[in-house]
Amino acid sequence: MTLQDVIERLDLKVLTQPANFSKVTPTGGYTSDLLSCVMAGAKKGAVWITLQAHLNIVAVAALLEMSAIIITENAQPEAATLNKANEEGVVLLATELPSFEVIGRLWEMGLR
Amino acid sequence: MKSYIAELHSHTVLSPCAEVEMIPPLIVRAAIERGIDLLAVTDHNASANVVAVQKAAQGTDLRVLPGMELQTREEVHLLCLFDTLEQLEAWQSLVNEHLPSLENDSKYFGEQFVVDETGEFIRRETQLLLTSTDFSLEEAIAAVHALEGLAIPAHIDRKANGLLEILGFVPEGAQVEALELSRHVTAEVAPLRYPQIHGYPLVRDGDAHRLNEFLGVNEFLLESPTLAEVKLALRRENGREHRFRSG
Repeated sequence: MTLQDVIERLDLKVLTQPANFSKVTPTGGYTSDLLSCVMAGAKKGAVWITLQAHLNIVAVAALLEMSAIIITENAQPEAATLNKANEEGVVLLATELPSFEVIGRLWEMGLR
Repeated sequence: MKSYIAELHSHTVLSPCAEVEMIPPLIVRAAIERGIDLLAVTDHNASANVVAVQKAAQGTDLRVLPGMELQTREEVHLLCLFDTLEQLEAWQSLVNEHLPSLENDSKYFGEQFVVDETGEFIRRETQLLLTSTDFSLEEAIAAVHALEGLAIPAHIDRKANGLLEILGFVPEGAQVEALELSRHVTAEVAPLRYPQIHGYPLVRDGDAHRLNEFLGVNEFLLESPTLAEVKLALRRENGREHRFRSG
């Protein structure tokens, strides 16, 4: 499953610069809204599901070389967050769905 | 009774998110230019540059209070303020025991410099500072109080690490001396926007990460510039007062 599949199946909005997402294969998923948990628990290449949309999420995702951050419940990142994400090559995706539903759907798609 | 302008939250180059210009002599100059009499130095989970700022302020009227901006397990930021370096040292040792042993990656979080009073490089702090201690908010407040310090949740209105965004309200067990507002909201507007803060003393600071970010809007009427006096002023007791001047 590629990131492109995830974007299409969940109808996610791509907030950062467009890229060839069919070349990106997420290695798994992780969810928490506490950055310190994510830093300790998430794996390289994972998709991170969170409703945090502030600037610090970009540093964490860049550090862990994540495939993407899926920002849920329509949380809106500020311009600074988007700029930093584009600078760092971090993919930000958005949805109105709550985290629970996003995770359920990803699990059903086979992401483990 | 004398009037003091206080800024209770500011960073130095030890904080990875602060600009390189945040060195002791420039901090002291910028604070004085802003009319500040009482400045708390509050780096993230760290305090190694406090003495340098105090030394840089020697010979001026600026009084530098030892402090720290602690990050709790809930990722709430809490200002921890002290009168003496002994208290601060005891506090820092305790905090060190509650930090995860992770190294800072300056590429992602920024550099953490310990400097002297002229701003000269002494060493890099290798411990990751931009992370949570394993203190809960209530535990942290109790520990600060055990050392006779002041505990003030920082920038409670901010999305990242603000008390109201993370917990939504001030927990009943949190015996804080005041709540801090960020530069983005005034003391007039805040209680209307956040009715849950009604009744708490408020302070407002620039949370300076750059030299032009000092606010200097807290005015205290005190007998002397000590935290015991500030505490009285926050409660408006014994003739001590606090109010806001226009920034």
